Amino acid sequence: MPQVTLTVNGKAATVEVEGRTLLVELLREKLGLTGTHVGCDTSQCGACVVHVDGNSVKACTMLAVQADGSSITTIEGLAKADGTLHPMQEMFREHHALQCGFCTPGMVMAAVDLVAKNPQGLTEEQIRHGLEGNLCRCTGYHNIVKAISAAQPLMHAKAAE
Amino acid sequence: MNAPFEGIGASVRRKEDLRFISGRGNYTDDINRPNQTYAVFRRSDRPHAKIISIDTSAAKAAPGVVAVYTAEDLAAIGGLPCGWQIHSKDGSPMAEPKHPVLAEGKVRHVGDPIAVVIAETKQQARDAAELINIDLQDLPSTATVTDALKPGAAQIHDNAPGNVCYDWHIGDKDAVDAAFAKAAKVVKLDLENNRLVPNAMEPRVALGDYDRHTGDYTLFTTSQNPHVIRLLMGAFVLQLPEHKLRVVAPDVGGGFGSKIYHYAEEATVTWAAGRLGRPVKWTADRTESFMSDAHGRDHVSTAEMALDAQGNFLALRVNTLANMGAYLSTFAPAVPTYLYATLLAGTYKTPVIYAEVKAVFTNTVPVDAYRGAGRPEATFLLERLVDTICHDTGADPIAIRLQNFIPKDAFPYQTPVALQYDSGDYFTTMEVALKNADYAGFPARKAAAAAKGKLRGIGISTYLEACGIAPSAVVGSLGARAGLYEVANIRVHPTGSVSVFTGTHSHGQGHETTLAQLVTSQLGVPFSQVEIVHGDTNRIPFGMGTYGSRSLAVGGTAMVKAMDKIIAKGKKIAAHLLEASVDDIEFADGTFKVAGTDRAKTLGEIALTAYVPHNYPITEIEPGLDETAFYDPANFTFPGGCHVCEVEIDPETGVTSIVNFTAVDDVGRVVNPMIVEGQVQGGVAQGIGQALLEHAVYDSNGQLLSGSFMDYTMPRADNLSNISVATENTMCTHNPLGVKGCGEVGAIGSPPAVINAVVNALKQYGVRHMNMPASPEKIWGIINAGRKAAE
Repeated sequence: MPQVTLTVNGKAATVEVEGRTLLVELLREKLGLTGTHVGCDTSQCGACVVHVDGNSVKACTMLAVQADGSSITTIEGLAKADGTLHPMQEMFREHHALQCGFCTPGMVMAAVDLVAKNPQGLTEEQIRHGLEGNLCRCTGYHNIVKAISAAQPLMHAKAAE
Repeated sequence: MNAPFEGIGASVRRKEDLRFISGRGNYTDDINRPNQTYAVFRRSDRPHAKIISIDTSAAKAAPGVVAVYTAEDLAAIGGLPCGWQIHSKDGSPMAEPKHPVLAEGKVRHVGDPIAVVIAETKQQARDAAELINIDLQDLPSTATVTDALKPGAAQIHDNAPGNVCYDWHIGDKDAVDAAFAKAAKVVKLDLENNRLVPNAMEPRVALGDYDRHTGDYTLFTTSQNPHVIRLLMGAFVLQLPEHKLRVVAPDVGGGFGSKIYHYAEEATVTWAAGRLGRPVKWTADRTESFMSDAHGRDHVSTAEMALDAQGNFLALRVNTLANMGAYLSTFAPAVPTYLYATLLAGTYKTPVIYAEVKAVFTNTVPVDAYRGAGRPEATFLLERLVDTICHDTGADPIAIRLQNFIPKDAFPYQTPVALQYDSGDYFTTMEVALKNADYAGFPARKAAAAAKGKLRGIGISTYLEACGIAPSAVVGSLGARAGLYEVANIRVHPTGSVSVFTGTHSHGQGHETTLAQLVTSQLGVPFSQVEIVHGDTNRIPFGMGTYGSRSLAVGGTAMVKAMDKIIAKGKKIAAHLLEASVDDIEFADGTFKVAGTDRAKTLGEIALTAYVPHNYPITEIEPGLDETAFYDPANFTFPGGCHVCEVEIDPETGVTSIVNFTAVDDVGRVVNPMIVEGQVQGGVAQGIGQALLEHAVYDSNGQLLSGSFMDYTMPRADNLSNISVATENTMCTHNPLGVKGCGEVGAIGSPPAVINAVVNALKQYGVRHMNMPASPEKIWGIINAGRKAAE
């Protein structure tokens, strides 16, 4: 079986996988990182979004072997080691941007990448457009959009430090 | 006392969020047991076929395969039970064909499970499932209620002649006929309520485990009601007594009704775990969810209103055909009867109503309760009919509603279709909604849109729903095979912190927060010192779960009753310690006090005394401070309200945009305004989804065409806009909290508001009605035909 070596949330890992193993299966089943979820089988829902070398990726749409040599951040690795939450996590809680929580890890990871890639700032409409790849069935998105808007200045201020 | 207020009425941030935003939730698929195997089901790809043969030999020989089972292996276990029995007009019980766990002799819908493969890995199980050789002989099939009722239609069950499950009615037919005979005007509308797929973001999962030393079974499952699953699966399918079967529903990623029911996969993995002596896990692919989770809605109806010359509603006549799918799901027969036809008075004082409902089997996935369940169908029918009356007679949609509303002083109000509303004020919710939506400013906005070449429309709907389900004696007399009370156990620990064991279940509603606020308010215990435990039959005494907006009205009231007992016992302990009469002890803000003095003991001191009873009235009362209450509600609760939707249609593409959506709901007392707002926004989003985007489409033979997120249009962030939510509340009169429920109101009130707005926007094209979803294709077709006609 092929071997994959990658860094996940700052820790090196080497795992044997079948050629057909998906990145999300490696994370959930081989590394026990069950924060990344699987909500569909057609790359539509975005519950499985993680960062691969700083870019948001649907982990159900990438083979584990394709991630060989990559650095991956999952929802478990977003907060600081001392437990301080990322501003996006804080704002999701503050603005009641989650209900059942199942889409939340993918939504937060997608939102972090969206905001980080747009330092000029995003309008509400641009945020809605940017979330096209992530489905939420509970919130109606209203509070997710509010949370991301509120996280923007916090993230950009932090980046400028 | 500078602590932030965290009791009833505070928008406390949610306790459960910390684990969810950090990836530390504990959903069923996150649970793995030692030595676990994986189950994959082989399902029918045909809508209706006779099973000629099943050859599992190649699958059994495949690498990693532990077992392959078909219906033959499950011969000793029962079928999946139905929780309601409806009787037809002639008094005969509904047709109730067996719902086998695995298909017996025939398959009846695409997705019907035929066999299960259990293997060391999921991939091996998946590979082996492909190797099962199934010889099917196709039978004629049918997907719609109208086709299924045609003479000569495919017969789906031997014991349901003509595919009829029941032919039921409610109301006074003679009085309605008489009112129609003298009506000045009759307005008739044919309409459909589109079939939906609930699509909670977490697919269903079931993990069965068996302890060969004790003979105990455990099922971890994505359920809204673990005790109900234990009852249905234990008593009816696997014949396991309660004490040998534990059902755990941990964090559950949304339900919307679809996770109420007992499903075949749960019974299969539990049974197989016992047979194999190893844990068996099944996780649905989304494709499987589309063809095995119970669908929602799917009604075809005719509605007629008789009016006098002044526009007063005289009588309502409704005829509905309801699609049950191929088998009866757990609650299915109740949805188009007692959750639908009993709601047909709505917010109006229509004096007489008669409704006939025929439930019909088809070769489709079973249909059951989906957010709102019956009440969205009733509301869509009524509110479309009222706007159609305006279309046909020229009446004003606001004026005709005001004229026919149940007056404010008419409560309690007995409807002609069984329900008695305890409270409500439809005038105020409408008045505030029109103000919040700036209804008066609409003509100017329409003109501005027209100047940009866009078609603007505005629509309103009012609604009334029955929730807080339900008084057991009432539902029992209507055919329910269970009681619908709720249970709470309140445990005050020796140091004064509190654990609440509730029979309700949270799968997004935020109970860990809202229910803790009840304890903070009633017992004065800090919010951080309260824990809410749910979802495990081994930890919680009993419970009926969460659906029908019942958790706070029924489950919350059970908590209040249990806390009343805690306070009553605490008063006895305090009286003893303070050397006073029990009658002189008052309890407020967490302190027992001798009235008129400053002699007092805190709840924490009383709790410690109860567990360390050295100085204690031991001959009168037992040690400990732990009380349980079962609460059976006196009536349903009746939230109501008004939704206003404003749309803009691009005539070039037929695409409808929601530009404003305003909801003003009466949900009774609000415990956590932030959570109520979120529940309504989410419900409205699902209602907008139904109105504009979503449709479970079968071809005429019963092949599911919209079987994935690629084909079934889920609402996305850019399909929606901001949803303005407010409440104008009247209190429920029969529960101590005054709460009514808020989980379903958004999905009930919104679809007709959207369609009324779309029809309003298309007024110039002579549109009288449009079925959902109001897709760009339909709208563009109308606009284009209008253009051609004008040319």
